[in-house]
Amino acid sequence: MRTTNNHQEHGMSLVVQTVSRITVGLILLYGIHIVLHGHLAPGGGFAGGVIIALSFIQLVLAFGKDEALRKIPKPFISVLESIGATLFLGIAILGFLGGYFFLDWMNKGKPFDLFSGGTMIISNIGIGLKVSLGLFGIFLVLILLKFTPKK
Amino acid sequence: MITYFLCLVLFTVGLYAILRKRNIIKMIIGIIICEYAVNLLLLLFGYKMNGRTPIYSPNQEILDMVDPLPQALVLTSLVIGLATTALIVGIAIRLYEKYGTFDITKIRNLKN
Amino acid sequence: MLELNLILVFIIIGAIIAIQVKDLLSAVAALGASGLGLCIAFLTLKAPDLAITQIVVETLCLIILIKATIRKDLPFSTSGRWFFNTLVTFVFLAVFLYFGYKALKTLPPLGKPLMKISQFYMAEALKEVKATNVVSAITLNFRAYDTLGEATVLFTAVIGVIAIMRKKGRKKIEEADEND
Repeated sequence: MRTTNNHQEHGMSLVVQTVSRITVGLILLYGIHIVLHGHLAPGGGFAGGVIIALSFIQLVLAFGKDEALRKIPKPFISVLESIGATLFLGIAILGFLGGYFFLDWMNKGKPFDLFSGGTMIISNIGIGLKVSLGLFGIFLVLILLKFTPKK
Repeated sequence: MITYFLCLVLFTVGLYAILRKRNIIKMIIGIIICEYAVNLLLLLFGYKMNGRTPIYSPNQEILDMVDPLPQALVLTSLVIGLATTALIVGIAIRLYEKYGTFDITKIRNLKN
Repeated sequence: MLELNLILVFIIIGAIIAIQVKDLLSAVAALGASGLGLCIAFLTLKAPDLAITQIVVETLCLIILIKATIRKDLPFSTSGRWFFNTLVTFVFLAVFLYFGYKALKTLPPLGKPLMKISQFYMAEALKEVKATNVVSAITLNFRAYDTLGEATVLFTAVIGVIAIMRKKGRKKIEEADEND
């Protein structure tokens, strides 16, 4: 049981840490790409958000929770998740400028461009923030728990 | 028709786990299998034979797309399923912490 | 649709193994194999959005389940009325399968959907919204209320997990137990 505590405090071995130091950034970048191209290609806020959450989770699993929480502090998580939720709701409420809820008031460019589709790209970013940090918060709460079963 | 029936059989397998197993983790696995079956059945209703994916392309005109509406509904359901699964796992961990076992009959005996 | 039926048989076999095996970690691994089969089925049904989402959701679900089940015992006991309970369960499942089969017969056959609402969506997605991905246009523009509800459910789940797992409640429960 002591090895398991040690395991959770200091993360995994040196090989895993060296490899994940390279791959965490790539996975995060891939998630951001999936979120931003949600209206042109398969993907979107849901899939990209879960991929971003998986990159954070790899950080926790490889380096241990203390090291990971020093890189991603807790207020950062809660503030960014709230920003994501507020962004999506704000897009919906800003539709009242033109008349009704969820009105697409932005300038829609040409199709097949990155900046096209009106408010969809901002909604994708909001949903991506919300899903990724919400799922990462759930994982952190489940990880931080210490198992003390009463026999 | 046989594909619909296989989907129903998959749902029945999950239902058997929920009804008959005593371990809470096995029950959670049954719930997840039921989610798989329902998602797949919803998606099968919108499949068009020899259809294309519902994404437009700049160079060619795509006429025969599959139905995009069930895909949009299932896309929301997948992430909700993950969040509710995490909630159920949290409740199961708390039960294990309090009673020291995953067996529901033993939990029922320990309560009295 | 022979390949789809084969993938479905693979998913069913994986599900049966996940339910019947005794070791909990093996059960979770078999469930992961079944979920990856479902991902291939989504690709066969021409839904790449769902395939991407399913494969990452499956990975995260596996991590959470392994976290819950690692180093836990599985007491296996067949006490009480084992034969009677199994018989009742199988009779109920047989009745369920029979009526489900009768209900599925009334549906339109596989490969010929009705698509009355979707024609409007597919026509307007490129013209009005100027988005190429029709599924994304439906979730974020035509039916954004669904996505708003989904965000609410996700928020509720996060609050629920934090409320269940917080430390203060656990300490109070332990004190109450000591007083008892």
